[in-house]
This record gives sequence, structure tokens and C-alpha cells, in this order.
Amino acid sequence: MDESRPIFVQIAEQIENDIIGGALAEETQVPSTNEFAAFYRINPATALKGVNLLVDEGILYKKRGIGMFVADGAQGRLVTKRRDQFRAEFVRPLLMEAAKLGITSTQLSDMIRKEEQQ
Amino acid sequence: MTAVIEVTGLSKTFGSIRAVDDVSFTVEENKIYGLLGRNGAGKTTLMQLLTGQDFAMKGDIRVFGESPVENAHVLQRISFIKESQRYPDDFRVKHVFKSAPWFFANWDAEFAERLIGDFRLPLNQRIKKLSRGQLSSIGVIVGLASRAPLTFFDEPYLGLDAVARQTFYDRLLEDYAQNPRTVILSTHLIDEVANLLEHVLVIDQGRIIIDQDAESLRGTATAVVGVATAVDAFVGTREVIHRDRVGGLASVTIAGLDATERAAASAAGLELTPVSLQQLIIRRTNTSEREFEQSA
Repeated sequence: MDESRPIFVQIAEQIENDIIGGALAEETQVPSTNEFAAFYRINPATALKGVNLLVDEGILYKKRGIGMFVADGAQGRLVTKRRDQFRAEFVRPLLMEAAKLGITSTQLSDMIRKEEQQ
Repeated sequence: MTAVIEVTGLSKTFGSIRAVDDVSFTVEENKIYGLLGRNGAGKTTLMQLLTGQDFAMKGDIRVFGESPVENAHVLQRISFIKESQRYPDDFRVKHVFKSAPWFFANWDAEFAERLIGDFRLPLNQRIKKLSRGQLSSIGVIVGLASRAPLTFFDEPYLGLDAVARQTFYDRLLEDYAQNPRTVILSTHLIDEVANLLEHVLVIDQGRIIIDQDAESLRGTATAVVGVATAVDAFVGTREVIHRDRVGGLASVTIAGLDATERAAASAAGLELTPVSLQQLIIRRTNTSEREFEQSA
């Protein structure tokens, strides 16, 4: 766990990653909060908070008496959300740093292309 | 939320020492609490008062709504695991587990047996012959298997190695999830238990200085590191929790920052580093890291 951010947010992200990566398929059941708590060695209340974050966003939904399930279309929605985050967290700072160093956008795309070929 | 413990204006002095000094707080049902602080801060005295093993000089204690002092109705719902529990001289390990069910209504013999295996306790060994770590594991097993609605662990793991401590944390979480109850864990090893806790109480010189949800406490401090003049300019008039200086560099711990403030800090070329629960408590109790570890 990363010290700088709330644990429940990190738990939610971990579950999101598993949904994006396909480890947790849509309409399948996710582990219980107690199982998450035991696995990540955190307080069950914290795990519940993380799961509830995803319930509020409609990524997970509750089946009464059975447990939590991945919502239909969750994967696509998460990918869209993460792409927006990618722009804000990676692309914007990248451009700022590039501008600071006098790297033009042509040079920048050349760099990216070269990096891809490696 | 139901309060299991309600304490108001509680004080206890030993001669001129104020072990517990006008303390008020509540403990809610079915949460894991951390009671943290340095040696001599008043943790053990406070727990002894809460479990009716010592008398308060001032103030009021309600445990399950009643005074705990000589109150069987309250005490039978409490399990208090002390740092150094005494046993009768001729006791063997098995005698402890044979007698434990007499005191704890919720005692789970099967769970105890599993734990005895986990901690590799020799049942036929005389208690006197046990190592410090083995002695501690008896306490841990009794504390867990008693499943008391209110369980205190006072530095339960003197002599336990890292593997045994992890076993304790894992079993505690597992069993707590299955059988929710109120647990108060007093410890120096804050980083080890930080993620297990739902609520944190920090006691220093007999006073409760932090009484906060563990999750919200995590975000309450940030260390700003960089060139001293830039750090000072950024910190300005903010309240400083701690200040370190090496040559022209400074590291200042201040209250948590929002996104805009974080952006401003990084624009000023400053580095922001997270402050762990242990560091935060060390800084709030004005102790050096070394002093703190030595008191453990």
C-alpha cells in the first residue's frame, strides 16, 4: 500500500484494474469485503469503503443475500474514465515538462515513436 | 453507533505523576482501536482503569453502560491480555487452555487448537520453561479464542518474531471479520498495525492527543522537502508539526494539503512526501524516532 493516498481509494483502484484487465469479468461475483480485507491485510471497514466507492459509481452492484457483482458495461466505462485520467495525470505534465525543456511537439512524437520501437 | 466504553474526565495520579489526566473519549462497538503512545504515556494505566483493575481518582467510566469495578456482569465480557501475564507456578501450557473456557462464555476450543498449531506451542511444557515469545503467544491465543465482546491487547507480542506477529494480525483480521467485536490494541509497532485499525487513540503524558478515524488521520500531514528558503516561503504561517534541517535543506511536516496546494508546492520545486501514522505520532508527541524505538 502506498502511504500517501487513502487505502480505500487504493482498494477501489485495485478492483478497477482487475475489471479492466478482465480478471473480474462483467456479471461475475467479486470477493467479499472480508476476503479483500484478509488479502490486503486491512481493516474490513476500509475494504467496505473501497467497495462502496465502486457501488456508488455503478461499477459494482449488490445482489441481495448473494454478494457484489461487476456491472454490465463496467469495463468500458472504466477504460473511458482511465483515459481521461491518463490525459490529466500523464499527458498534461508531459507537455509541461517538454515545454520547459524546449521540446517541440514534433520532437516529442519522434521520441514516443522511438521509445515504442525499442 | 453503540458506545461500548464512555469515559469522562478520568484522572489517575501516582504521587505527583499524572498517569491519566482528565481524559474523555468513547469507544464504539465492533471496531478495532489502536491505543498508541510511548512507554509511560498512560496506556496500561488507562486499560487497567477500564477493566476495573485499578481505581480512578476522578471522572466516570462506563463499560457496556456500567461501572466496571467489581462488576462481574461487565468483566465477564472483557478479555484483557497483558504484556506479562502471570500463571500458577506448576501450570503447563495445556492447563491454560483447559481453564480458559471457565472465564470466557464465547471460548472457541477449536479455534484455540488451530492457533496452538499456528504458533507451535508445546502443550505439555511447563509455563516456567517457555521462552518469552511462547509466553506471548499464549496470551495472543487466549485473547483471540476468548472472542470476548471487548478485547484488550496490551503490547501482546514481546519476544514474538515477525512471522508470529503476522500470524497474529492475520488471525485477528480473519476472526474479527467473522465475529465482529471491539478490539483495543495497544502497541509501539504502529506501522505494522496501521492498516488494521479503524480508529486511533494516541495518549501522551496522560492525555488523549489524537482521537480520530484511522483513514482520515492518514491524510492529515505532509512533509514538504526542499531548499530551506523555498520550504519556509511555502510553509509561511501554517502550523508546523515538525521541522528538520540539514544544511540548506529543510523537511517540514505540516497539515495535509489539498490538490491546489500540492500543485503550488510542486511548482515551487518542493517535494511532498507522505507521513506514515508512526511518523505522525512521533512528531505529534515530540519524540525523536530513535527515542521512540528505544522505548519499544
